Amino acid sequence: MFKVLVQTADFDLSAEVAALRNGNPKIGAIASFVGLVRDLNDGAGVATLTLEHYPAMTEKALTAIVAKANARWEVIDATVIHRVGEMKPTEQIVLVAVASAHRAHAFQACEFIMDYLKTQAPFWKKEVTAEGARWVDAKGSDDAALSRWNQ
Amino acid sequence: MMLRVLYFASLREALGRAEEQLPLPTPANVNALVDALRARGGVWSSALAADKRWRVAVNQDMVAVDAPLHAGDEVAIFPPVTGG
Repeated sequence: MFKVLVQTADFDLSAEVAALRNGNPKIGAIASFVGLVRDLNDGAGVATLTLEHYPAMTEKALTAIVAKANARWEVIDATVIHRVGEMKPTEQIVLVAVASAHRAHAFQACEFIMDYLKTQAPFWKKEVTAEGARWVDAKGSDDAALSRWNQ
Repeated sequence: MMLRVLYFASLREALGRAEEQLPLPTPANVNALVDALRARGGVWSSALAADKRWRVAVNQDMVAVDAPLHAGDEVAIFPPVTGG
């Protein structure tokens, strides 16, 4: 059973990876990704970042994305944690960790989940800079990252 | 039929509301709903203009604008997502 969490609290990468391993000798590889809040975006210093989401849909969308990855690669287990609410630069926003028998499946499934999350999961970033608050625009590069999985 | 319509992020702020109950003649699809909202004029027609980037989810699944709508559906309209 995959673990998908949307929470305001921070997370501990080591604890999550340990839980994912769970003493399972079939796991030969774990790939993980941690996304962080940067202090600079589009040329302006970021004081705080607020993540809004669509609560009824968020976990459903993330679960569907992990299921897609599982259908494509040999995923033994996976964890996705996405934070919401207000964060400051250097804080962790998102964790994706995938356990598989071999590294290629773990690496690719992890990247696939992140690319889908970026374009399909209902989160929106609003950042506060010296010039005031602004919503972050979606990037064309995220759509491009997604489309390569369909080639 | 009655629909529950939700707005998120920059669209919620531009439109000045987070949700509403909206009656719509049947049969209808997402396009018909957005047309009805645009007909309110002002910020509704500009924020939901065809050349603006917005997305729609029906009952928490992302759909295309020709997706059919049914009584009691929860329809969410929002800008392209920016999580991760």
